[in-house]
Amino acid sequence: MKTETTLAQPQIESKPLPRPRQSFFQKYEGVILGGIAVLIVLGIWQAVWSYTDWISPLFFSGPSAIGKQFWLSLTQGNLLADLAFSGKNFTIGFGIALVSGVVLGVIIGWYRRVRLILDPFLNALYAAPRIAMMPLIIIWFGIGMWSKVFIVFLSAFFPILVNTVAGIRNMDRDLLRAARAFCASDWQIFKTLAIPGSVPFILTGVRQGVAVGLIGVVVGEMLGSSEGVGFMVAYGGQTFQTDTLFVGFVIIAFAGILLTSLAERLERRFSRWRPDR
Amino acid sequence: MVKLQVDHLTKHYWLEREDRNVLALSDVSFSVGDGEFMAIVGPSGCGKTSMLNIVAGLLTYEEGNVIIDNKKVKGPGIDRAVVFQHASLLPWRTIAGNVRYGMELQRRFDEKTMKERADYFIKLVGLTGFERHYPSELSGGMQQRVNLARALAADPAVLLMDEPFAALDAQTREFMQAELLKIWNKAKKTVLFITHQINEAIYLADRVVVMSARPGRVKDIFEVPFDRPRNLSLKREPRFLELEDAVWKLIEEESDRLGMVAAV
Repeated sequence: MKTETTLAQPQIESKPLPRPRQSFFQKYEGVILGGIAVLIVLGIWQAVWSYTDWISPLFFSGPSAIGKQFWLSLTQGNLLADLAFSGKNFTIGFGIALVSGVVLGVIIGWYRRVRLILDPFLNALYAAPRIAMMPLIIIWFGIGMWSKVFIVFLSAFFPILVNTVAGIRNMDRDLLRAARAFCASDWQIFKTLAIPGSVPFILTGVRQGVAVGLIGVVVGEMLGSSEGVGFMVAYGGQTFQTDTLFVGFVIIAFAGILLTSLAERLERRFSRWRPDR
Repeated sequence: MVKLQVDHLTKHYWLEREDRNVLALSDVSFSVGDGEFMAIVGPSGCGKTSMLNIVAGLLTYEEGNVIIDNKKVKGPGIDRAVVFQHASLLPWRTIAGNVRYGMELQRRFDEKTMKERADYFIKLVGLTGFERHYPSELSGGMQQRVNLARALAADPAVLLMDEPFAALDAQTREFMQAELLKIWNKAKKTVLFITHQINEAIYLADRVVVMSARPGRVKDIFEVPFDRPRNLSLKREPRFLELEDAVWKLIEEESDRLGMVAAV
């Protein structure tokens, strides 16, 4: 009789696993649930607005009325001009804030003495609600576009500056030691460690700056302007055109969602750069 | 021929928190020959990392001399490169970019040579195919290979290694030790290797410096008589264990002297 000396190897058929299937619902669960919730709320709001008289058009509005007013303002009113005016104020003001905030932030972050001298001023201005300066800014720049550009700049500048300073200062000690060991000069450390390392911080500043810059342009236009989305909201309120007020509000809300989600996406893309373990 | 000489090195620290002076290294002397692999072991807090930082030029020293190729060490230099305990890779650079980093900072090679050297050392540490990956996509062991390739690519006369495998798990560590010996065999560098693991020191080195606990002194220097190339199975042989035991006894004495439970 033949004795089996080797153990029989179990035959394992190795098939590559098929890609795990996700149902349509699993994949888009967030969008589907969120979207349905929004539609339901809008539906109830619309139903109450059209079939009951619980809502006075003086104090509130309904989805259909807002949509209608949106269309009217777009085709017959000057919604496009208002949008362009606000958009231009925001873009110019934010652009100046971004460039100057990053450049100054880098300088302040890199030179310790400069930082120590400027710190008290920066902290005070960063903490203060800059929007309260608006009446003064109108005295300086008038009610034209430049007072709005300036308040956007003033609002967005400080978050960008403060975050850039933090980014430059927050250099990874291990990386710094490694660079020094390879004979890095200060300029090389600045170029290869400080600047790239601060990118995620700068983007955090950008996200915060976008949010406060938007508040800046809207409130600026509400307080003293004859154009713009902020003016549209203020004017709608003063003349009891509640629908117009709502159109402006919805536009501002969407602009906020769009810009901050863009900034967030950008921030997330670079967040793995953050050299923390 | 002597490559690196540490001569009566003494180092004091000022402890800010306790407001007092601490003697970290006291009269440390040893020399490392050209192409020699020297390991330094000692209990925690014996100042071995301070010593490596001094040799690397990252830390100043007041008394004694550190001499490389007959020149006194007065700061970081292109004749040395350090492999750090933490991989210390730039997270925004690819593997290829990180291996180039040391060469770029030292500005010794032209663009073409840097590219060739980076390719060569990436291959040597077995990371071909990962050039375009980012450090966050690599395991700890692979990151340490990049750390090593970066140092080797800078073509140092002396390679300084500061517990480079301490943060790795036991299996990866053993594997990396064997790899390091292969790479060292090809690269032919003088190595100063700091570790708190006795068997790591004996397995890798030609000689082992045993340091005493606070303040750090040279307690003894052991010759490691085993032939190369060494297999990992050497670590299980009686003659290896005997030597390990002898070194361990010295370190244990130190721990007892300080009245602490062996912290190695």
